[in-house]
Amino acid sequence: MATVEIADTAVAEEGGVRRRDFINIAAVSFAGAGAVATVFPLVNQMNPSADVLALSSIEVDISAIETGQSIKTSWRKQPIFIRNLTEAEISQANAVDVDGLRDPQTLAERTTAGKENWLITLGVCTHLGCVPLGAAQGEIKGEFGGYFCPCHGSHYDTAARIRKGPAPTNLVVPEHEFLSDTVVKIG
Amino acid sequence: MSFPWAKEYTPTTDFGQWMDKQLPLPRFVYNSVGAGYPAPRNLNYMWNFGSMAGLFLVIQIVTGIILAMHYAANAEIAFDSVEHIMRDVNSGWMIRYAHANGASFFFIAIYLHIGRGLFYGSYKAPREMLWLLGVVIYLLAMATAFMGYVLPWGQMSFWGAKVITGLFEAIPLVGKPIQELLLGGFAPDNAALNRFFSLHYLLPFVIVGVVIMHIWALHIPGSNNPTGVDVKGPQDTVPFHPYYTAKDGWTIGLALIFFTALMFFLPNALGHADNYIPANPLSTPAHIVPEWYFWPWYAVLRAFTFDFLFIPAKLLGVLAMFSAILVWFFLPWLDKSPVRSGNFRPKFKIFFGILVIDVLILGYCGGAPAEEPFVMISQVAAAYYFAHFLIILPLLSRMEKPEPLPNSITESVTGKPLNTAS
Repeated sequence: MATVEIADTAVAEEGGVRRRDFINIAAVSFAGAGAVATVFPLVNQMNPSADVLALSSIEVDISAIETGQSIKTSWRKQPIFIRNLTEAEISQANAVDVDGLRDPQTLAERTTAGKENWLITLGVCTHLGCVPLGAAQGEIKGEFGGYFCPCHGSHYDTAARIRKGPAPTNLVVPEHEFLSDTVVKIG
Repeated sequence: MSFPWAKEYTPTTDFGQWMDKQLPLPRFVYNSVGAGYPAPRNLNYMWNFGSMAGLFLVIQIVTGIILAMHYAANAEIAFDSVEHIMRDVNSGWMIRYAHANGASFFFIAIYLHIGRGLFYGSYKAPREMLWLLGVVIYLLAMATAFMGYVLPWGQMSFWGAKVITGLFEAIPLVGKPIQELLLGGFAPDNAALNRFFSLHYLLPFVIVGVVIMHIWALHIPGSNNPTGVDVKGPQDTVPFHPYYTAKDGWTIGLALIFFTALMFFLPNALGHADNYIPANPLSTPAHIVPEWYFWPWYAVLRAFTFDFLFIPAKLLGVLAMFSAILVWFFLPWLDKSPVRSGNFRPKFKIFFGILVIDVLILGYCGGAPAEEPFVMISQVAAAYYFAHFLIILPLLSRMEKPEPLPNSITESVTGKPLNTAS
């Protein structure tokens, strides 16, 4: 069957490697690198945008929170619990044998030195993300006096550590810093 | 479909054979754009723009789906959401500029593709359906591009929407109700913006569907070629892959260089500054122009400044604008010359050149302000445009004496008669 003549130079071999092989590999690698460079921004656009990141830290005035009270606020569109622990709650938390916990942490590790009465956690159950009860007045605080998640029955103690139920870890303590005695910056 | 000497797809791996038995998708691709599609060996660079248009369609769909993740089709916040894309979204500026300029490159490719078909008689038998589907793609692309331009909800978006939907008002008796139906109101507002967004997202996929039919219709007779002479045997063709994949890949690389150069260094060169002003229903920009790819038809629309018999000028302009493209549907039956390629039609070649210049003049006038001398030039150019299709082509196909055609593609390429060419 007659076909178009193939130029002999194209198939001239040099140690089994044709010059066309080099051209093929070079062209395909170049196009491949270009494709990767193109795909990166096309995927990266799904990451949080600048305006979302700009709201990633908040400052909260805690001067009005009396001992034993707690408030709910919102940070990165997630609830935050800020709780002013009573002496009893602090000693209750400290009395626990840390080694026996599912997620061993002391109250001191979860609070700022000198301000152990301020327990700041995400109000997001570490099981499947519901908002636990216990921050607002009159809500059930669970068997350990901290928080109770109504979705699947996780009980947290006064240091917001998981004590009973399916949640795998303690309520998350976000990065925070006291700017003064009455203002805390979260994030 | 295709020629009997097309290479047979033979899967070599076990998985390939299993797949071929159950869903012969690889076979389909192989026969469509692989080695299983024999294409004429003499295709010149004008045959590269179909695949290029396809590439830019894909770029538009990919960037468009991404933009839709960040855009809000609500008249209150649409403009701000576009600015949010430009400033806040990671690489959002790049993706939006790719989408805005990608539309222009899609139309550049499609215009060269149409021009190729016009010159080489690709619309003639047995490819009329192929041509008709192409015109449908072009109409869909224009509708899509128009609605896309409305979405940023800037001044040009708003007034473009107002002017274009205003065209329907020219229809006698039912014009006004039709315009209100299209807009969902009395002027472009939230309802119009939402439906335009919905359709702007839908239509590209309709285009993809018609493109698939377009390629299907192409593969039944096979590609036309610069001589317009039918393929006579295996010596006249080469496999699409690697010959034309490599050739198309090379021009696609070139096109992407120009595309990225425009997108990164002159991203707003083809846009209009007024569209960075939020839509204001109480203030019309001094000079409303559509995007450049609509200019020739916009010039035809504005060329009709006079009433004719009982037809008002406005209706006349609208009819003329739509007719300027709809006449393409009749082209295969207006040009009766049995010779396809303009290369062998000495007079057609001249008139084709004049038509190209005529459309460029129309395009220039369409982008210029609606004042003299552009209106008068548009009138002459629009008259010639219709004369070309309705008078010159039918007459030419009767009166012109074409030059002798080569006996075969191979003979035209090698200069040797068929039986001695290897």
